[in-house]
Amino acid sequence: MIKQFLMNLILTFIWVGLTGSFTFLDFLFGFLMSYFILMLIFRGNASSKYFDRVPKIIIFSGYFLKELFRANMQVAYDLVTPNYFMKPGIVRYPLTAETDFEINMLVNIVSLTPGTLILDVSDDKKVLYIHVTYINDKEEFISHLREGFEKKLLAILR
Amino acid sequence: MNDIIIMVLSTLGALYILVASVGVLRMPDFYLRLSVTVKAATLGIGLTLAAAALFFGETAVTTKLVAIILFLLITAPVAAHMIGRAAYFTGTKLWKHTNFDELKGQYNEETHELSSKAPSPSTEDKSN
Repeated sequence: MIKQFLMNLILTFIWVGLTGSFTFLDFLFGFLMSYFILMLIFRGNASSKYFDRVPKIIIFSGYFLKELFRANMQVAYDLVTPNYFMKPGIVRYPLTAETDFEINMLVNIVSLTPGTLILDVSDDKKVLYIHVTYINDKEEFISHLREGFEKKLLAILR
Repeated sequence: MNDIIIMVLSTLGALYILVASVGVLRMPDFYLRLSVTVKAATLGIGLTLAAAALFFGETAVTTKLVAIILFLLITAPVAAHMIGRAAYFTGTKLWKHTNFDELKGQYNEETHELSSKAPSPSTEDKSN
């Protein structure tokens, strides 16, 4: 994983150095080209997960941005109209992420989407307590969070 | 084209910060206020900085702005988490329309340890 990523970076810098101009487009082009070259070289090598992960990371960032805007629009609409539609509550969310790093990433991402605020993690790292602004059905929220964020994140990290 | 993107990004950023400041005034309790302020302000600042990066279009400016946005995204949730936790410890009240509170009674008052066991059925219904 790390080895392939470093090789990719080195090839990118060689490309940038040879073209002689350090702009964002050059960097992106060099990165994509060396990514495909390395993918051809490591083809059939089952131990390298790097080439599966990069597309997943891009798809996940797109999904995260979409959720961020959707939830922000919901909160903004509620704020500028006179009535409150909010139904807040504190939910107990059982984690399937195990290591500190996985929990850290999940908490950061969930905290950034509006309407959810992480209040605490239990001491044995099994449960999150989340303050949610719009909640009707507890089970529905938990399964949305699990299918939408946690599974995709763990597919990248593991 | 570039001008239009810059206009859209900076307007959206300013609007989100405006919404966040309206949220500080209008939200009924502390947790909702915190939840609105941190997120809308982060997104607003991120969009404004992205507009600035497009406006200058220099590598030196862009790398700095990317670093600022990255650190903002890392630090803002941590701050929100710590403030929210401290508020719950000191007993800040939830809004009266709050549906349920599953964190109630889970803290050990003396050691500040947080248990993960499921609450007993009697405390699961509306406990406010």
